[in-house]
Amino acid sequence: MEAAIFMSGLIVILFVVLIFVFLLRESIVFFTNQNLLGVLSGKDWYPISDPPRFGFLPLILGSLFVTLGAIVIAVPLSMAAAIYISEVAPHRFKNIFKTGIELLAAIPSVVLAFIGIVALSPFIKNIFNLPSGLTALTGSIMLAFMAMPTIVSIIEDAITSVPRSYKEGALALGATHWQTIRRVILPAAFPGIIAAVMLGIGRVIGETMVVLMITGNAAIIPTSILQPVRTLTATVAAEMGEVIRGSQHYYALYGIGLVLFVVTFFVNLMADIFLHRKRY
Amino acid sequence: MLFISAGCGRTKAVQLKGSDTMVNLGEAWTEKFMEENPSIAIAVTGGGSGTGIAALINRTTDIAMTSREMQEKEIKLANQNGVYPREIKVANDGIALVVSPQNPISKLTLKQLSDIFSGKITNWKEVGGEDKRIVALSRDRNSGTHVFFLENVVKLGNKKNKEEFAKEVLMMPSSQAIVEEVAGNSEAVGYIGLGYLNKRLKSIAVAKDSASPFILPGDESVTNGSYPIARGLYLYTDRNPGIDATNFIDFALSKEGQQIVKQMDFVPLKNL
Repeated sequence: MEAAIFMSGLIVILFVVLIFVFLLRESIVFFTNQNLLGVLSGKDWYPISDPPRFGFLPLILGSLFVTLGAIVIAVPLSMAAAIYISEVAPHRFKNIFKTGIELLAAIPSVVLAFIGIVALSPFIKNIFNLPSGLTALTGSIMLAFMAMPTIVSIIEDAITSVPRSYKEGALALGATHWQTIRRVILPAAFPGIIAAVMLGIGRVIGETMVVLMITGNAAIIPTSILQPVRTLTATVAAEMGEVIRGSQHYYALYGIGLVLFVVTFFVNLMADIFLHRKRY
Repeated sequence: MLFISAGCGRTKAVQLKGSDTMVNLGEAWTEKFMEENPSIAIAVTGGGSGTGIAALINRTTDIAMTSREMQEKEIKLANQNGVYPREIKVANDGIALVVSPQNPISKLTLKQLSDIFSGKITNWKEVGGEDKRIVALSRDRNSGTHVFFLENVVKLGNKKNKEEFAKEVLMMPSSQAIVEEVAGNSEAVGYIGLGYLNKRLKSIAVAKDSASPFILPGDESVTNGSYPIARGLYLYTDRNPGIDATNFIDFALSKEGQQIVKQMDFVPLKNL
């Protein structure tokens, strides 16, 4: 029985390794043909021109802007929600609130994308007086919705796993509830909070449908969050169907996949390291 | 749980894949065709003309629907893969330039359109409108409509022209997405196939150059060639696509099939 479980674990790791090898194999053709630094800092993404130009920079910045925006919006809200659920909410309501947040995770991303395009985008356009509401900000807001359940869950777990003795000690010394939360519990839960943020980042950076439909897909170098952007994921989704197997464009898209894989891998690795670090 | 689909003597479905412009037309044909031929199954998928052509080259589809002609390098790649594409024109289509009904502009020349989409003209006042930034919307690169527009409007029909879509042009994932954005945005301009026109949009009359008349897109102007942005819709197959696929194509070219073309707001081939 133990052997079966061990084998299952091994097989999963094998899948990840095989995916990486597959991505590497297909994209190495691209990276050896082009100058790596040139590609990563190239400002022009014109893959079907003659001659084609494969600059990843606008795409990388697009993903970055949208992800950072989502995290900036999601983390404070999630922290507040997690603190409320674990420390403030009356015991019988804890589960209702937890379930409520989990429900947010159950909404299909394409539904959120649709709401974004029909309701949020005109709203953003009018509020900021922009030419179009299809911007990185619109994407960030919807992505924040998607990241929140993950982040709230993990922060809440981190907070509840701080030993009760910490909290009881602080309260016994005369600290108020809020002082206890702010100066004792949160610092102790800090690695878990970082892990939650990292996992949120990992979730958001790989999201495709929402960004494809509501960020405008313009491969510009963004200077503000109120401009349209083109993310790495949306580029692959939009262009993979057209490419002819074996063309430079095809391998370039695998190159993008590799970049995404490496970035997400690192982010998740960091999250894992933090999750296992104990500050107490 | 493994689903073993028993052969049961049923033949494989004919795959029809490609242009999003044509996908509704493909579905309409398929519905009628399958009604009259209940033993034949046809599967219709969109994804863009490029997707259909790639599938034809990769042999994962029997018929590719495209809203542009196959390019030389695609035909060469197909031949390398043992596929010899046959082109069958099945309908005509116009590409309408649309703006919101709130936009006062109602006519533009091809050169003005090329400048707008390549980023040379960025404000509506440069073409006689209000002082507002132009938001240009395009289809993404997997779309035959995109490629056709790039070659015939942005590059003004000259293959050697170095113009491209400006980076600021928003690349929308579907014609419907363009419709949604243009209908609600008085500064937007986009291009869609005739079949996507509806009351929420206003189409622009286009002139070949400043000396020619401005023509609105429509059935007649596309068929008689006066509307400058018109194209053919095609089905591509390999040399020997099989009897079912061949019957389907014959149906599409028949009087009944061409009536369906008209119902779907495309333009039937002349001389039926």
